[in-house]
Amino acid sequence: MSKIGLIVGREIKSKITNKTFIIMTFLTPLIMIGAMAMIFWTAMPEKIDQKVLVIDNTHMFEQILRGNDFISLTFTNDKIETAQEKFQKSDYTSILYILGGAEGTIIPTARLFYKKNPGLAFQTYIKNELERIFYEQKLKANNIDPVVIANAHQPMQITMTKVDENGSVKNSDEIQFFSFGMGLLMMMFILIYGMMVFRSVMEEKTNRIVEVIVSSVKPFELMIGKIIGIAIVGIAQFTVTVIISSVLGIVLSGIFLKDINNLKTKFDNQKQIVNKLGSNAGAANLAIDDSFHDNKKMFDVIDKLNKINLFEVGLYFVLFFIGGYLFYSSLLAAIGSAVDSEADSQQFMFPVMVPLMIGYFLAIKIMISPESNSVIIGSFIPFTSPIVMMARIPLGVPTWEVLTSLVILYISFGLTTWMAAKIYRTGILMYGKKTSWREIGKWLFYK
Amino acid sequence: MADILQINNVTKKYSDHVALNNVSINIPEKSVFGLLGPNGAGKTSLIRIINQITGPDTGEVIFKGEKLVQKHISQIGYLPEERGLYKKMPVGEQVLYLAQLKGLKKAEAKKRALIWFEKFEMQTWWKKKIEELSKGMQQKVQFIVTVIHEPELLILDEPFSGFDPINAQLIKNEILDLRQKGATVIFSTHNMGSVEELCDNIALLNKSEKILDGKVKDIRQAFRTNTYKIAFKGNLMGFTNAMWAGGEILEKSTEDGINTVILKLLNNTSVTQLLQAVLPTCEIHSLNEIIPSMNDIFISKVNEGNNVVGTKSNYTE
Repeated sequence: MSKIGLIVGREIKSKITNKTFIIMTFLTPLIMIGAMAMIFWTAMPEKIDQKVLVIDNTHMFEQILRGNDFISLTFTNDKIETAQEKFQKSDYTSILYILGGAEGTIIPTARLFYKKNPGLAFQTYIKNELERIFYEQKLKANNIDPVVIANAHQPMQITMTKVDENGSVKNSDEIQFFSFGMGLLMMMFILIYGMMVFRSVMEEKTNRIVEVIVSSVKPFELMIGKIIGIAIVGIAQFTVTVIISSVLGIVLSGIFLKDINNLKTKFDNQKQIVNKLGSNAGAANLAIDDSFHDNKKMFDVIDKLNKINLFEVGLYFVLFFIGGYLFYSSLLAAIGSAVDSEADSQQFMFPVMVPLMIGYFLAIKIMISPESNSVIIGSFIPFTSPIVMMARIPLGVPTWEVLTSLVILYISFGLTTWMAAKIYRTGILMYGKKTSWREIGKWLFYK
Repeated sequence: MADILQINNVTKKYSDHVALNNVSINIPEKSVFGLLGPNGAGKTSLIRIINQITGPDTGEVIFKGEKLVQKHISQIGYLPEERGLYKKMPVGEQVLYLAQLKGLKKAEAKKRALIWFEKFEMQTWWKKKIEELSKGMQQKVQFIVTVIHEPELLILDEPFSGFDPINAQLIKNEILDLRQKGATVIFSTHNMGSVEELCDNIALLNKSEKILDGKVKDIRQAFRTNTYKIAFKGNLMGFTNAMWAGGEILEKSTEDGINTVILKLLNNTSVTQLLQAVLPTCEIHSLNEIIPSMNDIFISKVNEGNNVVGTKSNYTE
C-alpha cells in the first residue's frame, strides 16, 4: 500500500509542477467566465447617445415615433438636401429620412445617413418602431382596433409540470439546457482525465522506465496508483475551477449588477402593467415592448435554476465522475500500455470514444425527449450512464434509479480494472510489435 | 558455495512461442554470473521471471533457500538493457523515488544517494532534469538507481552499452567492488571480452534452452582443442618434417626471419614430445597453448545448436 502511495504522490507532483497544467488550471475558468462576460456584454444595448434628425415625408410618424433613453429624435420640415448640407456642422449623429410611398398606399422606405455607424441595436430599434407604427396606423386607417388584433395574436404558454410517484410536482421545462450542460461537462471531464491517464501510461512505456518500476512494484499497483493520482489531480483542478469561477462570477455580477437590476426593474414595471391590464391582454401587449417576453423567459429560467438542488446535483456529479472516470481511465490505461505511440492508438481509441459519443447524443436527446427509452436505458449502462444519468438528474429522477445506476457503474469499474490490469501487465513490456485486438485478447489469459 | 538463486525446470510460453524450455540454472552466491545467448534466446524472459515481472508457467525459482516472492524484490537490483528514466523529473527526486519504491526510507535513500553522487562526481546534477543530461550521465544515474538499495542480487543487462571506455571502467570497478562486498551479479551481455574478464560462471542459452553452463575456467579448459602457437627461428620445412605425424599446421607466417605456426597436436602427441622432435631443427622463441575464447565457444555452440534444430528464431526480445 505504501508503494501505491508513493506512485500516487509522484503522479500528482508531476502534474502540478507542470507549467502548462498550472496555467490551464487558472486560465480555463478565466476564459470561460470571460467568454460569458463577453456574450453578456455584447448582448447589452449599446449606450452611445444618438441624436437623430428626422425628415418624415409621409407625416405618418410625427409625434408617434419616439426615442428612448439614448436616442433623441428631432423632427424637421427641412428638405433633405438642406439637412444634408448642415449635417456635418450640426451635432446630429444621423439623419433618418423617411420617403413616402406614392399616394400613401405604398410602404414607405427610409434612409439613414450617419457620421459614425450607429450600430445594430440602433438600427433594429428604429426599424421595429417604424414597422410597428406603420402597422398600427394602417389598422386605424381601416377602422380596425389594434387592440383586437393584438388580442387575437397571443403567444400560447404551456407550463410543463412533472408529477412524481410521491405526488410532488416539479417544473422541469426550460432547464433542459442545464441538464445537457451537466452531461456535456461530465463527458469532458471523463475524457480529459482519462486521456491524462492514457498519456501517462504511454509516457512511461516509451521512456522505458516502466521496466525499472515493475521490478519494484506490481504492475497493478503502478496502474492503480496512476489512476488514483490523476483522479485526485482532477478533483483538485475541478475545485480550483469552481472556486475561481465563483469568485469571478461574483466580481463580474457586481460589475453588471446595475445593468441586471435595471433590466429587472424594467421587467417588474412591465409585469405590473401586464397584471393591471390583465383582463385586457391586448392592450397590455401594446403597452410593453418585445423585450418583455424575452426577459420573462430569462427570469423564469433563473427562477427555476434557483429551485434546483445544487448540492444534490453536485454530489451526484462527483460520484458519477469518480465512477465514470475510473471505468474509462482503466480502459484507457490498458490501451496506453498496448501501443507504442499515440499514432498507433487510433484503432483502439475508437471503441472507447464511440460510447462516450453515444452518451453525448443521448444527453442531447434529453433536451427533446427526456424520458424516452433510449435515454432511460443509457442511464444504466456503465459506458454511458455517467453522462446520461447526470443529464437526467436535474430534471428529477427517483433516487433508487440513481443509486442502481451508481452501483452498476462501480461494479463495472471493478471489472474493467481487472481486465485492464491483465492487459497492462503484458502490454507495458511489449515493444516493436504491432498490437492487434487478437493479441490483447490473448494477454488476458497469460499467467 | 551456496547458491543465491536456483532456477528449477522453468518453462515460459507465450501464445505463439516458447520463451524458456525447462531451464535450470544455479547461481552461486557472491559471484559474477554471465547469462549469455544470442538475441531471442530467452535471456530477457528469464531475467523478468527473476524480477517477478512475469511468472513461470511451470518450474520454480528459489531465492536464498525460499521460494521467490514479492518481499524479495527489495533484495534484487535490476538494470534493464533498455534504459529509461522520467525525462522531466529532477535527478535527485527520481533517485529518491525509485529507491523508496525498492523499500528504502526517504532519509536513508537521501543519505545513500548523496554518497553515490559524490562518488561519481555528480553533486551538481541533483536538481537537473534527466533530459538535460548526456547519455553517459543518464547511465550513471540509472546505475545508482539499480544499486542504491544495496541488493544482494544485481541483474545487469548489457551494463556497458552507452558508456565511454573511462566510464565503463568506472562501472566495471563498481561491479567488482559490489561483489567484494558480498553481492551476486548476474551479467547478461554479448561482450565476450567482459565475460572472460568479470565472470566466474556462465550459462549459455540458445533457442529457449540452456545449452552450456559452468565455471568460465572449466568451460574454456573443456573446449581446448590441443592447439598451440609456436614461434621459432629456423627452416619451416625442417620443422614440418621433424614434427612428422605429431601435428598438423593450421596457419603459418614469417616475419623478420621468425616463423610463427599454429598447430594442432595429433595422435596423442604431447607438447614435450613435439618439442623433442623439433628442437634439433630450430630455435624456439615462444610456445603458447591457444585456449578458445568465450567468443569462440559461444559461436561454435550456438551454431552447433542451430544446425541441429534448424533456422534461427525471429523473435526479438
